[in-house]
Amino acid sequence: MTERNTTVDEFQEAPPRINEWRRFWRVFLQRKIVIFGLVVLFLLVFSAIFADLIVPYDPYIGVMADSLESPNSTYWLGTDIQGRDTLSRLIFGTRTALMVGFITVGIAGIAGVTLGLMAGYFGGIISMVIMRIMDALMCFPMLILAMLFAAVLGGGIQNVIIALSIATVPGYARVMNGLTMSIRENDYIMAERAMGSSNARIMLSHILPNSLPPMIVLVTLQLGMIIMSEAALSFLGIGIKPPGAAWGAMVADGYRYLTYTPALSFAPGIAIMLVVFAFNMVGDGLRDALDPRLRGIL
Amino acid sequence: MNSKSNDAILDIQDLKMYFPVTRGLLRRKVADVKAVDGVTFKLKQDETLGLVGESGCGKTTVGRCVLGLYKPTGGKIFFEDEDIATFSEKKLREIRSKMALIFQDPYSSLDPRQSAGSIVGEPLKIHHLVLSKGEYRDKVDQLFSIVGLDSSMTDRFPHEFSGGQRQRIGVARALACDPDLIVCDEPISALDVSIQAQIINLLEELQGSSKKLSYLFIAHDLSVVKHISDRVAVMYLGRIVEICSSKELYDNPLHPYTRALLSAIPIPDPFVEETRERIILKGEVPSPLNPPPGCSFHPRCFMAIPECSQALPPLRDIGDGHEVACIRV
Repeated sequence: MTERNTTVDEFQEAPPRINEWRRFWRVFLQRKIVIFGLVVLFLLVFSAIFADLIVPYDPYIGVMADSLESPNSTYWLGTDIQGRDTLSRLIFGTRTALMVGFITVGIAGIAGVTLGLMAGYFGGIISMVIMRIMDALMCFPMLILAMLFAAVLGGGIQNVIIALSIATVPGYARVMNGLTMSIRENDYIMAERAMGSSNARIMLSHILPNSLPPMIVLVTLQLGMIIMSEAALSFLGIGIKPPGAAWGAMVADGYRYLTYTPALSFAPGIAIMLVVFAFNMVGDGLRDALDPRLRGIL
Repeated sequence: MNSKSNDAILDIQDLKMYFPVTRGLLRRKVADVKAVDGVTFKLKQDETLGLVGESGCGKTTVGRCVLGLYKPTGGKIFFEDEDIATFSEKKLREIRSKMALIFQDPYSSLDPRQSAGSIVGEPLKIHHLVLSKGEYRDKVDQLFSIVGLDSSMTDRFPHEFSGGQRQRIGVARALACDPDLIVCDEPISALDVSIQAQIINLLEELQGSSKKLSYLFIAHDLSVVKHISDRVAVMYLGRIVEICSSKELYDNPLHPYTRALLSAIPIPDPFVEETRERIILKGEVPSPLNPPPGCSFHPRCFMAIPECSQALPPLRDIGDGHEVACIRV
């Protein structure tokens, strides 16, 4: 084929480029509350990773003589009935909470996205089987389902993760199924088939990237919820087993001495509130930054 | 090319495409939408066949059947002497390197998360037509310059282009595998008039320089079809009612439907325009769920006689390859 010689001038002059990446950060960091959420999350992740180095006392072995102290200059947040430092346990609890949060979202997210993608793309009997199972799981409130699995499997961090993963898979599958069905109808998917792409290529290189923005937002919001559910399970005594440090269990341990040393329950309670709030704010910011309909407005 | 038979690159015989209408929990089939009901035509190498008709007459469905995107209910589709209607999905994927599709909507036909260069180069990767990264980049740059885009634009994303530029990207993608057949599904309907001419001229230039490229050009704009097509087929409710050379169709339209369509083209001369004979069709296009008996056009036809509702008129050759399906001509 010969080269075209009649290129039109206007096609050679390009409009100025708008950098998508810079636009994303500008919108994302526009609200102060989102920056606050990010700072909180950064501090939490930092303290979870370096928990061993920054804790002032051993979180598992207490000094019996110092039991149930109110916050003072030695124990910044006081001590529990066994004389263990609340701040140290709080920092180790951060590790538990974030580990449960990230691993659960990872497992449930990957499983849910895969199932939803397959159901939405292939439709028919495959969709029927997958989505009816998801519907059945969705019939139960998430926490009840998680409690059921946790009760059957027994406590411990591993079983809490399994229980919460199973309970949250249907949410991802549902959202991904809907996204896939709407993206599948675009002409560019038809174009892919017309040029001979395999199903795997269409699903992984075209449908998945196009469904990422809403999925990222969902994952961020889910992280907060998972951490709260883990706290609820631990509070009820079917979550993290003692002496493991978990925020929910700490609230439960402390509330018997609420009038005596309120810090014992309040400190982990505030931590739970703060982390859920931070994840929700960051999720909100991400939603604003990734929503194409808000492009140009924000 | 295979020398066994005639020089037709595409030979469609009695193509039928019915879409089932299902109802209830058990998805019981209650009826068929007969989108395409017995279409037969041939397309020669280096030829352009225009396929015209109003919305819902099945032109797009014919185009998609040709690419194997739909599995036809009946009939044969010979592409380079092989019946692709019987092909498995795997064999279809391979044969698709020899044909391509250009879409109507330049906005939804490009993946918004893919750069222009990777859109154009994707067929090369799928069919393993390039051996190295350098060769891939050279080929993509070459495709860009063929369609009149600057090769510095390869890493831009679709939303950074105008409608006309997007359609050029679509054309470049269709050319990537050096196909023998391109199905153009209303490639200019969504574009401004000034851009329409650019795309049409681009398509003609490409055909002129390749010597082996055939187009199945689907459109509803008769003046554009006249300009680009060698032959034109007029479709009505899933059937071809008239097929002949483009010149013959405009000089000597025989089927009443074709005549009504042609009479709707305005003439850019106020004096001729005033005296122009307009055939206004009455009624609506019948539902393909329940087409009228006999000739499906008879309820709206200004030439209809009682016999028209009796039997389906076959396409018959009235000389010079001019075929028409009407008992009144």
